[in-house]
Amino acid sequence: MFYREAGDFKTSYRDDNQTFPIRLDRAGYWVAIAVAFGIVPFFVNDYWVNAIFAPFFIYAIAALGLNILTGYAGQVSLGTGGFMAVGAYAVYKLMVAFPEINIIFHVLMAGGITAVVGVLFGLPSLRIKGFYLAVATLASQFFLIWLFNKVPWFYNYSASGQINAPERSVFGIIVTGPNTEAWAKYLICLVFLVGVAWMARNLTRGMTGRKWMGIRDMDIAAEIIGVNPLMAKMTAFAVSSFFVGVAGALFFAVYLGAAEAGESFGISKSFLILFMIIIGGLGSIFGSFAGAAFMVLMPVFLKNVLVGGMGWPTDLAAHFEFMIVGGLIVFFLIVEPHGLAQLWRLTKEKLRLWPFPH
Amino acid sequence: MKFSRVAAASVAALMVGAPAMAELVFPSLSYRTGPFAAGGIPYADGFADYMTLLNERDGGVGGVKISVPECETAYNTEKGVECYEATKGEGALVYNPLSTGITYQLIPKATADDIPLYTPGYGRTSAANGKVFSHVFNFPANYWNGASAAVNHLLDINGADLSGKKVILLHFNGAYGKEPIPTLTALGEKHGFDFSAIPVDYPGQEQKSQWLQIRRERPDYVLFWGWGVMNQVAIQEAGNIRFPLENMIGVWWSGAEHDVKPAGDAATGYKAVAFHGVGSDYPVFGDIQKYVVDAGKAAGNGDNVGTVIYNRGVYAAMMLAEAAKKAQEIHGVADITSGQMRDGLEQLEITDARMTELGMEGFGPAFKVSCENHGGPGTAAISQWDAGKGTWSLISDFGPSDMEVIQPLIDADSMAYAAENNIAERCN
Amino acid sequence: MSEQLLFAAEVTLNGLMAGVLYALVALGFVLIFKASGIFNYAQGVMALFAALTLVGIQQGQVPFSHLINAIFGTNIHHFPWQVPSIIAIILAAGVMVGFAWLVERYILKHLVGQPDIILFMATIGLAYFMEGFGDIMWGSEIKTLDVGLPSGLNETIDTVTYNWFGYGFFIDNLDIVAAVIAALLVAALTIFSQYSKQGRALRAVADDHSAALSVGISLRFIWVLVWSIAGFVALVAGIMWGAKSGVQFSLSLIALKALPVLMLGGFTSIPGAIIGGLIIGVGEQLFEFAIGPLIGGATQNWFAYVLALVFLIFRPQGLFGEKIIERV
Repeated sequence: MFYREAGDFKTSYRDDNQTFPIRLDRAGYWVAIAVAFGIVPFFVNDYWVNAIFAPFFIYAIAALGLNILTGYAGQVSLGTGGFMAVGAYAVYKLMVAFPEINIIFHVLMAGGITAVVGVLFGLPSLRIKGFYLAVATLASQFFLIWLFNKVPWFYNYSASGQINAPERSVFGIIVTGPNTEAWAKYLICLVFLVGVAWMARNLTRGMTGRKWMGIRDMDIAAEIIGVNPLMAKMTAFAVSSFFVGVAGALFFAVYLGAAEAGESFGISKSFLILFMIIIGGLGSIFGSFAGAAFMVLMPVFLKNVLVGGMGWPTDLAAHFEFMIVGGLIVFFLIVEPHGLAQLWRLTKEKLRLWPFPH
Repeated sequence: MKFSRVAAASVAALMVGAPAMAELVFPSLSYRTGPFAAGGIPYADGFADYMTLLNERDGGVGGVKISVPECETAYNTEKGVECYEATKGEGALVYNPLSTGITYQLIPKATADDIPLYTPGYGRTSAANGKVFSHVFNFPANYWNGASAAVNHLLDINGADLSGKKVILLHFNGAYGKEPIPTLTALGEKHGFDFSAIPVDYPGQEQKSQWLQIRRERPDYVLFWGWGVMNQVAIQEAGNIRFPLENMIGVWWSGAEHDVKPAGDAATGYKAVAFHGVGSDYPVFGDIQKYVVDAGKAAGNGDNVGTVIYNRGVYAAMMLAEAAKKAQEIHGVADITSGQMRDGLEQLEITDARMTELGMEGFGPAFKVSCENHGGPGTAAISQWDAGKGTWSLISDFGPSDMEVIQPLIDADSMAYAAENNIAERCN
Repeated sequence: MSEQLLFAAEVTLNGLMAGVLYALVALGFVLIFKASGIFNYAQGVMALFAALTLVGIQQGQVPFSHLINAIFGTNIHHFPWQVPSIIAIILAAGVMVGFAWLVERYILKHLVGQPDIILFMATIGLAYFMEGFGDIMWGSEIKTLDVGLPSGLNETIDTVTYNWFGYGFFIDNLDIVAAVIAALLVAALTIFSQYSKQGRALRAVADDHSAALSVGISLRFIWVLVWSIAGFVALVAGIMWGAKSGVQFSLSLIALKALPVLMLGGFTSIPGAIIGGLIIGVGEQLFEFAIGPLIGGATQNWFAYVLALVFLIFRPQGLFGEKIIERV
């Protein structure tokens, strides 16, 4: 009744192509942004930021990155953890080497370095396809982790190979290190997330995005109509790795503050982020958010319900957590194989017609 | 733990509300699931059981009941962060996360929050330097003490001469496993033995090539820094290549019952460094059996009492309880804060008389913590496994380690950390 | 022969043995991928679950005892009996058949005709579920697995090679047993798929689902069959690896060892799994032996993948994979 296009007249191509064609959606979007920037920062505490918002935002960035590669360009990758490690170690080296430069630039530069590495490891995708490529990207995952573990230069020759984020600030507000206020940590992650999501949306609906999708749907056909597969695949790898690198940099510098290659960026991270985009929905910006939310928030939620609310022993609760998450994954796939994003689309579709579906 | 009781307790807690009852909160960031569950379960059991014993037998510490909220980390740093934040608000006095990754992550954070970290025998070794790490305590011994203790044992059995001997360190390829390398390199130079390190990647299920290499190079001794499945496989493979196991010395995290049992009889003679007593031959375990296990209040199945890692949990809990008592004395309040707990840890003194009183005579060394030294005496003993009897036994006393070599390394590493993070030296 | 050459020969032999073990895990993947086009992420967890079940039955553990104790306040752990290994293995295999039936009934049936990645994701959900379920059922502590397999240095080979070369080769008895069992398993599978009715049906399904359906082959039966066989292969792999390390969580990670083997051999070929396993086994061991010490060791994890990657660049469908024909 309220959620519909009627009465919302588009008078230009620009209007017609907007991200949220329905007025209520647009309003909802602006309200969400306003709440996220204007209201939440005043109420967050350490628990909400460190246990929920920071991991959610950072995983959402990484999921957006992987979704560009896998969801839009059709190149399945299991090297995400390794690329996050590149971002983390790059930002660490930059932070320590150039303390006078603003951390924002360090994070962006770390993303850039990751993009270069990503393109390099993306080259085999020109020959290898499908699951074979997925397994081939594992080579980069394992090799990068081994490298960061092995070469002491990356961790400044510390005895144990752990890296620690020193304190850095933006406009005089501390954003890394132990003295960071909860709201500052929240905002820096949010700013990056919004920026990345905005970039992702605009890239994917433009010419670049259409090229990626052409390659995804059928690469030979796309080549015939004039898409250069080399350029398309490499830009997908570059953009995706840039996002993933930014996520890795924030993950280390802002969220954890300390990291070790094998433990923080191991193979399980690559799988986790792949799960996020499949659960959320391949080729969907919203899906990346939904998937990250599901995989990050669900276990925390279940833990709080089972242990905090019902007082179960922690080990039983942890086992049930696994069973419930696994069961939900299968359930969602059976109900809607195209992910949470598709469920959301269907809901909106129903809403448009409501209350007169015929 | 029983559902009904825990549920009742949490309902009661909700009804009574926050301010009602003073409690000493010692969160247990445990891992009963995941790749390292085998070590995590007995540790968490020991830690919780000792605290339960204090509650049941003595009515807590200084008349204040203890609570041990448990939070499952699965050895995962991110879950550790969630657990830290979740339990911080409950008035946590001190954290003991039993994970290298979580410890490194918490060192700056907990320091900023004025909550001490207690990491006996793990975590960041150079945190022993109290001048830099105000809130981290790793007494009574750290990895470098452990490495030195192992070398001291080798010196003992070789008539104080190791020159020309070949020693290989088989280690977990990560922060934890790499810790002893600088110490062993320095000790190698000092005593003239030939030292090299062979890394094993996580998880360590497959170590064939490492052990073939050891077989080829025929080292006189193998030192071993493993955790999780790496332990069982390494000991099994050592038996397979017929490496004499009495020449293999593990660190304390590689010397538990479950590490040697899968290898069966082949594991007899395997040695491990220990910083506390083994077995259940101490009066305190009788009390635990009586007040905790038999009363149905054990944290786990109750079948871990007296195992090596369980004992380590008990030992850690004992230290924290003693430190809390000290803090109550210093500040004259029963319901201490985390900052006061830190003071208690820093001024903790464990005497032999006190250990006897606690029913733990000879279980660990007597020592005194100071502002400069958060690492304790650094003493360690060697324990040996007997597969026939199925027991570990100490084969040496708690001996000192080579601080002449270790102290400069601790200073160098902690100073590097201080410089990177602009920390001013304390205790001056 | 020079010493280095002898060492290299020893390393190669051990690499072959390790390769057989990898192949054993890879076999489970190949079977399911061939018959249903599913990349079964849960294969590793199945190995863990099978081994846990085996040990549980063998030692007379009460399933879900932890849960039961927690709910009812009881204190039960073990039945008063122990089951002989061979019966325990048969029972565990039976459990895996039941598991295959449940998977088909509650998951696969609902996902017929979905894209590969969705089926892959479903097996991930399955893996999560089984990980929790296995732990609740049998507990998460380490269990010693002893079905009477020999282990340790093989005396004969050691003595013979010592007499020949003056250097005794080390071959693990367990590896020899594993190699023999793997060979038997492959032979049995080949005979089964070539000469039995079900086997022919299975190959027909692998070739073309709808054509097989149209000649009256029950797809659902074939899927249950294939998942049962994969479950059995997982059990064998679980026994081999579990005998070495005890049964614990990390068994589920052995799947990672199988992935480069699959890449190399092709997802659809049983001989490919075996030969891929051997190449990976020998390759990574030799690399660690020859180059490892120069660059700091612990290279196995990544080298296997890099090796497979190099092969793939020249042959994108794996050594024995079906040729990828693309039509527009």
